[in-house]
Amino acid sequence: MSTPANDGTQPRGIPTEGTPTEYDPTVPEVDTSEEHLAAIVTNEEILALPAEVSGFGAGNVGEVILDVKNLSKSFGSVHANKDITLQVRRGEIVALLGENGAGKSTLMNQIFGLITPDTGEVTIKGDKTPIKDPRDAISRGIGMVHQHFQLVPVMTVAENVMLGHETTKGGVLDLDTARQMVRELSEKHNLAVDPDADVEDLPVGTQQRVEIVKALSRKVDLLILDEPTAVLTPQETDELLGVMRDLANGGTSIVFITHKLREVLAVADHVYVLRHGAVVGEVTDIANTTTTDLATMMVGRSVVLNVEKDAATPGEVVLQIENLHVKDDRNLGAVNGFDLQVRAGEIVGVAGVEGNGQRELVEALAGMRKVVSGTMRLGDLDLTKANPYQTHHAGVGHIPEDREKHGLVGAYSIADNLVLNEYDQEPFAKSGVRQFDKIRAYAEKLREEFDIRSSGVGQSAGSLSGGNKQKVVVARELTFGPKLLMAAQPTRGVDVGSIEFIHKRIVAARDGGAGVLLVSAELDEILSLADRIAVVHGGQVVKEMPAEGADRAEIGRLMAGDH
Amino acid sequence: MAAWIQRNKFSVILGVVVLVLAYIYYFSDKTTALSMYRYAWTYAVPLVLCALVGVIGERSGVVNIGIEGQLLVSAFAGFFGAAYSGSLIVGILSGVGCGLILGGFLAWTTVKWRMDQIIAGVVLNIVATGITSFYYKPGQLLPALMPHWSIPGLSSIPLIGEVFFKGTGVIALIAIIAVFGIHFGLFKTTWGLRTRAIGEYPSAADTAGINVITMRLVNVTLAGALAGLAGVFLSMDSTSSFERGMSAGRGFLALAIMIFGAWRPLRAAAAALFFGFVTAAASQLQADQVINVPPQLVGTLPYVLTLVVLAVAAGRVRAPGAVGQPFVKEGK
Repeated sequence: MSTPANDGTQPRGIPTEGTPTEYDPTVPEVDTSEEHLAAIVTNEEILALPAEVSGFGAGNVGEVILDVKNLSKSFGSVHANKDITLQVRRGEIVALLGENGAGKSTLMNQIFGLITPDTGEVTIKGDKTPIKDPRDAISRGIGMVHQHFQLVPVMTVAENVMLGHETTKGGVLDLDTARQMVRELSEKHNLAVDPDADVEDLPVGTQQRVEIVKALSRKVDLLILDEPTAVLTPQETDELLGVMRDLANGGTSIVFITHKLREVLAVADHVYVLRHGAVVGEVTDIANTTTTDLATMMVGRSVVLNVEKDAATPGEVVLQIENLHVKDDRNLGAVNGFDLQVRAGEIVGVAGVEGNGQRELVEALAGMRKVVSGTMRLGDLDLTKANPYQTHHAGVGHIPEDREKHGLVGAYSIADNLVLNEYDQEPFAKSGVRQFDKIRAYAEKLREEFDIRSSGVGQSAGSLSGGNKQKVVVARELTFGPKLLMAAQPTRGVDVGSIEFIHKRIVAARDGGAGVLLVSAELDEILSLADRIAVVHGGQVVKEMPAEGADRAEIGRLMAGDH
Repeated sequence: MAAWIQRNKFSVILGVVVLVLAYIYYFSDKTTALSMYRYAWTYAVPLVLCALVGVIGERSGVVNIGIEGQLLVSAFAGFFGAAYSGSLIVGILSGVGCGLILGGFLAWTTVKWRMDQIIAGVVLNIVATGITSFYYKPGQLLPALMPHWSIPGLSSIPLIGEVFFKGTGVIALIAIIAVFGIHFGLFKTTWGLRTRAIGEYPSAADTAGINVITMRLVNVTLAGALAGLAGVFLSMDSTSSFERGMSAGRGFLALAIMIFGAWRPLRAAAAALFFGFVTAAASQLQADQVINVPPQLVGTLPYVLTLVVLAVAAGRVRAPGAVGQPFVKEGK
């Protein structure tokens, strides 16, 4: 099942055994007619080449579109990609699976010409010329949908789609043609978008469709999708996977970057697993592969994907939120009448698509954002008007969503970061003088306990990896014995090993009697960690339910505002 | 057309009201009205040109706080170029050339070297003041006055023709063309779409295959020519002399006008005319002895107006998204 190195003689991409149930992973109905080939091969220069060079021609369907050989790239002393070799064939969906920082995006950015490789060879449709820049990549039939959408917010969908390959009439932008193109593509590929809508007004799911339409408008042979499902609801994800399958059936090859195992198994024909910048595994027989197999390859050891925890024993109410209203940065209502209770010894998971007021809710609770109206109480204390200092000392631990900005001071040492909100308290300070030996001893203890991998507690926090940075934050926020722990996206951008660890610590905090408010965009995380789930939409709780036996599909519908 | 009017309803109504009022005053007191309107337009020309420099720069994502310096050096180079060579053409070309060179300096330092855009602009202004003061020589004269023509046909339109097309110099005409041309370019052409994209969200433009760095360099540099024209207008057209520090903050006023005009050329031109008109009205009132305040106080009017305008505009208009941020490509 896993062949770490492929000698290139074995045709890949088409499973040799096993029959998947949902779809046929082979390229269906191999059509070798001239018209069909001309329709799917869009780059005329390549078409003009002899068949043995271009790889096109009768009997050659399913040919290698992208061939990467021994590609390496370093940033300073960090090897982002080491000796990568992989192939993508026409009409195939290839998943690049790996943890954050495994080098997936770096690899694809090199294919797209955003980054220049140090060594190695990238061959596109038989053409070995190095890719100079995105313009070059686009002209050779490569399209990419980036993790952070590359759309100009103030422009319309049509303008965004035409940007870079504008149609003009007598020197004047011809928006009608662009609109027409958007309509045709959206109809053909089942991607509903309005060409005249301003991009900034569109929800993320729609923005992603715009990105795909944009890529398709360039007539792509190879479409790279960089973590496309990170911001989608489960339903939108399913829709997207369907669109991907249709595109692949139409002859477009797709490279799909992800760390979500479920999606890989649902849609991919061929999987490459990356770890520490190198290809560590390859799977062609998807039907006989399990999530555990993939996770093991990603991490290099077997991991427990499901959090082991006992049933919760909720105690008294620690957090009581009543009719809370909070505004966002643009001064629009983000939290609109939010009601929720969190009891001691339970984990309440807030599930929702990002941008439905979760961030503003957490910031308000942490004292970082002004409350417009409503109350929030911690036991008997009213925290509605508290500042972050008061909130912390009232017993609220806060693992912020943006750890770089709100969780750590990157230039400070690990030790200083570990006492960031207790630095002026005994024993870390006496009469206003900091007690460095006490701080150091405390930091050493936490470093050990939380497995913060570093050269020492004096190392600057900013130089740690994402997972270790998060462990510093988690260590600090759990160790002072909070009554309430707010964990916002606690495992975002964190490797699988650290995720497992952080989950265990959160459960341990719950068992220690803390109430936990878990906000996460990962439904899987909520389902496996929470005892009770509050689904939010439009800044309100639309439904609360016990996590036990909660229905994914129902939560997805509620998240999408269908209630 | 109907759709355009619908979208810009407020601007159209305001424009019509202003125009009607202007005509009423014109027909009630032709001589005073005309002299005021001409004064306003003469005052507004360099502001219009400089505001366009600001618009092009910021729409491309580069703050140009050095317009003041470009203006001053160009005024200096234009005047002394003409005085020493004895040719107005040489003067105009050296003024425009200096505008281009300083535009290029700003573009190169901020886009290529990613120097802080504010600091680069301030440096430019300080250097401009220093150089022009140091090399300034009193007692020089222009070889001739700048030629002024009347455009046949257009100049006989009451008020508008008489102000904009009767006895007008070439730079004022270019300013009018530039406003409409750049407005059209910015919103109707490929250049404009790409320029707005690199100023709003450069990485989107980059991934669409647009060379952000080159485009910013070219835009900011070429816009310098307009600042050069504005400088030449100051020292050779509206007056025929160069004084130390004669730009008198017009480059900064232009930035305020750009903001008031919501980074749109047509609105910015209207804002510049408004500035010109208020200044003209104030000096007219003073000349008529209607108000009796020291002339220095009247002279501060444009600057006070700037403060008011910026306070009014604050929060109502939105700057291009990436303005002030250098574009960095990783891994290159």
